[in-house]
Amino acid sequence: MYHKEKSIQIKNSASALYNNLGVLRIAPRRLTYFTVVHANVVNMISASWDGLNYSHRQLQSKEPNVATSTSLIMQAAFCALPSRDLLVVTSQKGIQMYESDGSIMVYWHALDTPETPTEQAVFARGISAVWENYICVGVSSGAILVFDVPSKGSNITLSEVLEEHKESITDMASECSGSQECIANLVTADDEGNLCVWKSGEEFQLLNKIPGFDMSCSSVKLWKGTVVAGYGTGQIRLYEAVTGILHAEVNAHARWIYSLDIAPFSGLLLSAAEDSLVRVWHLTMTPETNSVEVAHLHNECVTDTQICGAKFCDGDGYAFAVTGYDLSEIIRYVQS
Amino acid sequence: MSSRTLPLLFINLGGEMLYILDQRLRAQNIPADKAKKVSTIAAWIEEDRKRVMNDIITTMFNKKFLEELFKPQELYSKKALRTVFDRLAHASIMRLNQASMDKLYDLMTMAFKYQVLLCPRPKDILLVSFNHMDAIKDFVKDTPSILSQVDETYRQLIEMYTPLSSGEFQLIRQTLLIFFQDMHIRVSIFLKDKVQNSNGRFVLPTSGSVPHGTQVPGLIRIFSCTGEELTRQQFNNGGNYNAALREGSFEIFGDRVTKLGTNMYSVSRPVETHMSGTSKNSAQHTKVSAAPNPLAKEELNLLARLMGGLEVEKPGNTDSGFRVNLFATDEEEEEALISRPDELSYGVINIQATKDQQANAELAKIMGEFTESGDQSPGASSKGDDLLAMMDGL
Repeated sequence: MYHKEKSIQIKNSASALYNNLGVLRIAPRRLTYFTVVHANVVNMISASWDGLNYSHRQLQSKEPNVATSTSLIMQAAFCALPSRDLLVVTSQKGIQMYESDGSIMVYWHALDTPETPTEQAVFARGISAVWENYICVGVSSGAILVFDVPSKGSNITLSEVLEEHKESITDMASECSGSQECIANLVTADDEGNLCVWKSGEEFQLLNKIPGFDMSCSSVKLWKGTVVAGYGTGQIRLYEAVTGILHAEVNAHARWIYSLDIAPFSGLLLSAAEDSLVRVWHLTMTPETNSVEVAHLHNECVTDTQICGAKFCDGDGYAFAVTGYDLSEIIRYVQS
Repeated sequence: MSSRTLPLLFINLGGEMLYILDQRLRAQNIPADKAKKVSTIAAWIEEDRKRVMNDIITTMFNKKFLEELFKPQELYSKKALRTVFDRLAHASIMRLNQASMDKLYDLMTMAFKYQVLLCPRPKDILLVSFNHMDAIKDFVKDTPSILSQVDETYRQLIEMYTPLSSGEFQLIRQTLLIFFQDMHIRVSIFLKDKVQNSNGRFVLPTSGSVPHGTQVPGLIRIFSCTGEELTRQQFNNGGNYNAALREGSFEIFGDRVTKLGTNMYSVSRPVETHMSGTSKNSAQHTKVSAAPNPLAKEELNLLARLMGGLEVEKPGNTDSGFRVNLFATDEEEEEALISRPDELSYGVINIQATKDQQANAELAKIMGEFTESGDQSPGASSKGDDLLAMMDGL
């Protein structure tokens, strides 16, 4: 179904972090941007579609004021809003937002880091663009910061802090940005496996809370009103977002799941874990009967590698890219 | 990232160090009656070996040292941690040359990296730690005073780590993996056992038992809105897995089930490392560690100094040849030092202050005051400068 294509070499190896691959497709310029986190650095690669041109850039995690401090980056992800695309980088010190090519930092938000380290680690993790003008970022305390993003410029403001989760946020996802109207358009996940479903607005509304099983949900996606969640046990579960009804349960992987992605136009689901396997599935929703089908399509084994990031490169799922711990390349697969 | 990583890193690396030293000391052991014959490498008698092990373990589990170790803190840099282990290795009458110390540290770190990577669940790192602790306890089983220190450490580990969630253990694991990033030193015993490839990467099998709490991959279940199972299907998982084994014990005594963290060396399976073929990956690693750090050169860490200040009985003549060689011959050791690739050097800074025990204790006390006072406003760099000035004045 898929075959391996030429890999993209990166300047450093990928660190073992959840969802450690960012992809942004820029159709008008026939380019795709990739981001891979290595400790306190974000590796950015711009790849032309004809495979001939690659350019690299590195973003360091540092606050604008204290030039000598470094801190570890937890995640880097692209946020595609109707008016603009931004690159959001979350670390132990705070949240940085850049123009999508990484050229200029447009916003910095510092986290409250204590003077002496506390038992509970402090960091930001979990990034999602929501609706037309919001970017949400999770924090280790369980709080979710909602930023209001204007269509141009750097006048980004913290609009709200959602305090519903009690454990560290792991990941979050949205659907229906801009065009369609959805009942729920954001799902957030935490280290205990709890899922919260929200509707965005001037004040975000909590629509539902789906309890976890004391097992971390490391990656989550939202598609056609269905939450797709990947857990540390290697299981994937599909829930109806607003009601919390469990539609499907898959014993998908033999180790901790690190990344999930959905190709929205085709319903293809990508899952990747520490067990070296990337799997491709097909989801079918039948709204009339309120049922879901999950079909397994394909496996790819990245030998001797614990995978930490896997994403489709386009909305149909024609190609996908993979990163692994200690691997200094982005491996690409294309449909045969 | 996680502020609870250092104790696990220290105890597991320390455990590996003891396994290696024990093996080398036994290998260089000459029976008591033959010890009278002088050789170029000094003969170790059984008593000396036990004494070295006891001295190192006593230092490792020193109460004040452990108190400091268990405080929430960020992981040390590779350089700083290497300094701590340098001190630890020399906390006895044993002496190691630079080349042997480098090799010892390489082996220790690659062994623990292997254990962390292969742990089926992040929580299993605690079982690996208990395997090391169990072995350490066995090394000192005839010495009650040290035994009680070791038992106390078990209690601290249980208290600190057993309540943690799976997600918090994964954070600890991710923090450790950043520490071990890009290390691909080839270890002979791993290559022989086929757990490491010739490119230095570890073999991650897609077979074997799944972790405790995980199901064998393959089942898709669909449910109705009322919760009944509607269909079940199987898919090909691409591997060869079987059900999870029973869970290991997280108590002071018990069967840990996992073999990770147990002693893989014996007199008949010597320790060796290969330096070649690793420079490409190591170069990448050193690029990152070259990032500016104000305390890089003078990284003063409390642990290293606390360790340096601990009293250890030294025999009258410290220049006698109580030297341990991690290589087969002196010539090999010398050759290893000369030919070690630059990018693999640990750049350990020798702080002479440890020779003066009184000044050292004073420094440790001052350092303690610095970290305790909450209203300390100067940034990290000025704190380092003040301490540096004090060190220079010695």
